[in-house]
Amino acid sequence: MDHDHHEHGHGHAHQVVPSDLALRVKALESLLVEKGLVDPAALDTVVDTYERKIGPRNGARVVARAWVDPAFKHRLLADSTAAMAEFGYGGAQGEHMLVVENTPDVHNLVVCTLCSCYPWSVLGLPPVWYKSSAYRSRAVIDPRGVLREFGLDLPEHVEVRVWDSTAELRYLVLPERPAGSDGLDEEELAALVTRDAMVGVAKVAVPPAGARKA
Amino acid sequence: MNGVHDMGGMHGMGPIRYERNEPVFHERWEARVFALNIAMRAWRRWNIDAGRYEIELIPPAEYLRMTYYERWFVRLVELLVKRDLVAREEIDTGRPAPGARKEKPALAAERVASMVRNGAIASRDVAVAPRFAVRQRVRARTINPAGHTRLPRYVRGRTGTIERDHGVYVFPDTNALFLGEKPQHVYSVRFAARELWGEQAPPRDAVYLDLWDDYLEPA
Repeated sequence: MDHDHHEHGHGHAHQVVPSDLALRVKALESLLVEKGLVDPAALDTVVDTYERKIGPRNGARVVARAWVDPAFKHRLLADSTAAMAEFGYGGAQGEHMLVVENTPDVHNLVVCTLCSCYPWSVLGLPPVWYKSSAYRSRAVIDPRGVLREFGLDLPEHVEVRVWDSTAELRYLVLPERPAGSDGLDEEELAALVTRDAMVGVAKVAVPPAGARKA
Repeated sequence: MNGVHDMGGMHGMGPIRYERNEPVFHERWEARVFALNIAMRAWRRWNIDAGRYEIELIPPAEYLRMTYYERWFVRLVELLVKRDLVAREEIDTGRPAPGARKEKPALAAERVASMVRNGAIASRDVAVAPRFAVRQRVRARTINPAGHTRLPRYVRGRTGTIERDHGVYVFPDTNALFLGEKPQHVYSVRFAARELWGEQAPPRDAVYLDLWDDYLEPA
């Protein structure tokens, strides 16, 4: 996988001249505000919600709780939506949740081949690679090849289950608790859980002792 | 519709490009487009299925060239015009038509939190009998709807097993066209990778799709 580039070339240099698209968006917003259809303060609040309040830390807390609390894990797998509501996580693009559990014999991977459905309530908005044609087209036909690009080479005996989010169910992968994490408390465990692991393109690992913050 | 958006199983889309420490939005206009889509949905002039269908209607070459939020921008403009919230002339000139009424925004800033918290429930609490049972073998129907559908081409005609009954949900094919919700059961259907892709696929692997009653027939 190419770590040096991303889908549409943004971020390499700050644009000094606003792009045509930026101007068209600005014009549309002005028009909608002038017509009284949109409250600009509401737009600010929406952006702030998804830039600062809702993101993969939500999902990480759910995963860590499932690792330390078997009764919670049971509830999470039996009724994922209700169990996440215990944390206050739900609502937009998390109305109907399904948690799928990784085990030594089963590895789960989430995709939406038709658009880019993603569990916003626990992972925030999806990264560019998840929305890319490359990921959407390949995840169902060559999941092991995709996982190898992410650095995950699964043994043949492991069953790979790909979840194509074709309806309103949103999927979160419950990764395996990593070896060597016995001494960690719930908060420390949550800090290890990555977005990628909860989509199913990575495993959770305990960093080597030297790399861990005290 | 058999559009380019239905890309499961296609080849040639290139490597997966991963960005470390990716920001939520790369440009401010992306954030504004996202928020405008959310704020305008609050007018309830269209539903989530109609919103997805509008993106599918972008011509294939354009669709593939555009970034994700560019598609969201095009979709919003088209829906605003089609659903009579904005006139095409107003989009072109950037100004309200002379004498246009000043509205009151449907989504006030103080309502954003509750809107995000509540979301939009797609299940329906109505008594509709399931047509299939868990463990039953089913075949995804060979159909080619010209409108919106959530039945990808790569499973049509393929046989799988019902693993779970999710309950009753709005049916996207009719809802996207404002022809009613036609609530019906949605199931998690397991398809063996080999059933979908042939002998090249690993024997144990599987793909799960959530499929509505109308997409399935007994196998």
